[in-house]
Amino acid sequence: MKPVKLLLVALLLLLPTLLVSQSSGGVDPASLLKPLADTWPTYSGDYTGRRYSALKQVDRNTVKNLTLGWIGRVNPALGAGTIVGGEGAEEWTPGNVSVRGAVLMVDGILYPTAPDHVWAIDARDGRQLWHYYWKTRGGTHIGNRGVGIWRNYLFFETPDNYLVSLDLKTGKERWHVEIADFDQQYFSTMAPMIIGDHVIVGTGNDLDAPGFLQSYHPETGKLEWKFYTVPMNPGDPGLETWPNLDAARHGGGFSWVPGVYDPETRLYIFGTGNPTPGYTGAGRPGDNLYTCSLVAVNVDTGKMAWYFQTSVHDTHDWDSAQTPILIDATINGQPRKLVSTAARNGYFYTVDRVTGKHVVTTKYGSYSNWAKGLRPDGTVEPDPLKEAIIPGSLVSPVEGGVANWPPPAYSPDTGFFYTKENNGFNVLYLTDPDPRGSMGLAGKQPFGLNLGSIGDFLTAIDPRTGKIGWRRKLYGGGGGGLLTTAGGVLFASDGSGNFVAYDARNGNPLWHTRINISNAPQTYMLDGRQHVLVASGDTLYDFLLY
Amino acid sequence: MQRWTKPVTGLFLLFCLTTVLIGQQRGGARGGAVPAAPGAQGNRGGGGGGRPAPTNFPAQQRVIDTALAARGNPLYATHCGTCHGTDLRGGQRGGTNLLRSAIVLNDKAGELIFPVVRDGLNNPGMSPMPPMSVSQDDVKAIAEYIASIAATAQRQGGPPPGPPVTLNILVGDAAAGKVYFDAKCGSCHSVAGDLKGIAARFTNPRDLQNSWLAGGGGRGGNAARVTATVTNQNGQKVEGQLNRIDDFIVILTLADGSTQSFRRNGDVPKVEIRDPREAHRNLLPAYTDKDIHNVTAYLVTLK
Repeated sequence: MKPVKLLLVALLLLLPTLLVSQSSGGVDPASLLKPLADTWPTYSGDYTGRRYSALKQVDRNTVKNLTLGWIGRVNPALGAGTIVGGEGAEEWTPGNVSVRGAVLMVDGILYPTAPDHVWAIDARDGRQLWHYYWKTRGGTHIGNRGVGIWRNYLFFETPDNYLVSLDLKTGKERWHVEIADFDQQYFSTMAPMIIGDHVIVGTGNDLDAPGFLQSYHPETGKLEWKFYTVPMNPGDPGLETWPNLDAARHGGGFSWVPGVYDPETRLYIFGTGNPTPGYTGAGRPGDNLYTCSLVAVNVDTGKMAWYFQTSVHDTHDWDSAQTPILIDATINGQPRKLVSTAARNGYFYTVDRVTGKHVVTTKYGSYSNWAKGLRPDGTVEPDPLKEAIIPGSLVSPVEGGVANWPPPAYSPDTGFFYTKENNGFNVLYLTDPDPRGSMGLAGKQPFGLNLGSIGDFLTAIDPRTGKIGWRRKLYGGGGGGLLTTAGGVLFASDGSGNFVAYDARNGNPLWHTRINISNAPQTYMLDGRQHVLVASGDTLYDFLLY
Repeated sequence: MQRWTKPVTGLFLLFCLTTVLIGQQRGGARGGAVPAAPGAQGNRGGGGGGRPAPTNFPAQQRVIDTALAARGNPLYATHCGTCHGTDLRGGQRGGTNLLRSAIVLNDKAGELIFPVVRDGLNNPGMSPMPPMSVSQDDVKAIAEYIASIAATAQRQGGPPPGPPVTLNILVGDAAAGKVYFDAKCGSCHSVAGDLKGIAARFTNPRDLQNSWLAGGGGRGGNAARVTATVTNQNGQKVEGQLNRIDDFIVILTLADGSTQSFRRNGDVPKVEIRDPREAHRNLLPAYTDKDIHNVTAYLVTLK
């Protein structure tokens, strides 16, 4: 045969294989590099953390016609078809569950979670396809931020610190591995991040213990690397920012919210939690690296490339674990590769995502009052008089912060970084003046000054300058995360129990419905129509245009 | 940390639940925590097991042998307390805080602690611990004592409550507080009127300070009643207590106890809100801590 014919035959022979591998479904990790549009295959939709969808069916004009497709409740009851796993002795079945993380959408199937539970739900009608239940050993059951999907495998973390892998189609367990020490009171909530052949997992704690981030292999569950967020050995970088090694080793910095990934530099960039003890810094004088920091680690080696501390020597439990956003923008005529984050402490930062060098620091929490000023490197100098003190210090924001884990969004069309801005005051009394410091989050008593809203906002920030583009006054604080689209819409909670579509240019409401959301809204295409999905407690709401 | 609650021990957790629920200040910030409620829809479909989830799970805490722990108490004092502190939280002689030690937290019956006592511990960068001659049985008792103290730890990683400490929050200057009060508070409040004898209403200065900052002291406790007038396009006015307002609806409770709701569309209808807390709220960004402490020092003199 001629070479051309040979090639043709070979292609014909290969065709079934190609078709099978294409139709086998799941998530090809390479597809996660694509901009967010038709599916929702990872925590933030794509690696940038922008939560900006390229979809345009729902736009500023059509959004008023959004209509309910279906309502579905996730059911934690252990039914006949429930797949049970876990290391616990008993089957605890909670009366209430709440979806407070991402609901991945792949091949027309949704994967919502709650602590110890994963469901597969038909995205066309909200019907349950399978339910996996994990018998827990116990521990802190605060929330679960969702699953990660690598090809046809699903991954999630349990409160008692297991990484569990399921078969995507059936929900049957493949394996589980322990990722943190239960006896040291770690608990795990993060949505695993799939990057190439890495499953990146983070873990939380409230007791004084070291934070870390780990990578596991998706096939074998084998640990690939472990990166500690605090110095663990003599000579470790950052040790000079702690009084001694013992303090550093119990210094916190937990990694409990998914970060973002820059494929060009192969850097995974994430935020770390507060130092411990949380409120009593007496036993840990110094900046306490790398707690409350943006940290970039090489995804293949787990080695840190750079850091930027967003809350120096934090003493207010203001974790800086919130998801940052990768932004490409032009500053002073120069195209820049940036990463921005709106920290829980009320400060907004933009840094160069290749070098970690500072670009912008501004205060976006209108009343944040704990700082003395800026340092030359762009970090913020905390005012020790605004720590918890015996006669009480008046501090804004409150413990929950100006923002928290509910994710922000960024639109390249408007150029705005969108965030919730929750402004509150409390009086912080020091109740444990022991010079060793207290432990965990103890040693203080806050008194919240609930005098009605002093001004909570949905806030649009120019990440190149840190300047406020607009603020939409809200009548209440809190609420879920954000979603923005190429249709010019910004979906958010208004903090008063409404799910609202705002005009991304100016914050004017375009559509709303009375749903008190508990996660971040998402959007995707199904059967040629753009859907918007959001959770409220145990209930999923699917909206679309007809 | 991720949350306001950190279950540590069963007993303490139950006690804490109320605190936790109350403590969810602006709870929506984390998506509206839903505490596990026993009961409802908790049973396995097939009639099988599945107990209602407790607010605390059988977590990181073993059952304590109290007799063994009691035997360990004086042994701890003899062998360990000098360096590790009588409260186990570490001492000036370099002993580490045992209540957050990975070895202690993983120990089940002295099996991890004993080798450390026998051989000592010399970790680079850490204070060395010398080898000590203590019998395995005694170490087991000491380990049980340590576990018994760890079992009283507070939520969110807090240590066991220590002996009560009286902290004096009165650090302000009463004379300066009077000057501030007369200038900033006097237009609404009077020490001879609504605030007469205010200090006598509180058992401690901290409660007094919290109360006046929150605007809860004066005018017979009505200070927090927010009212509003809604004026429709025909000029009709409806007045009442403000129940709820957002961008889309305003709800009033009328004088007869009924409620009336109005759809909002931008500035229509017109809504005027009268919030007695507004003056207090507007002071929040303006106070210095010194102002606050001075005013409290002044108000405690008003018995």
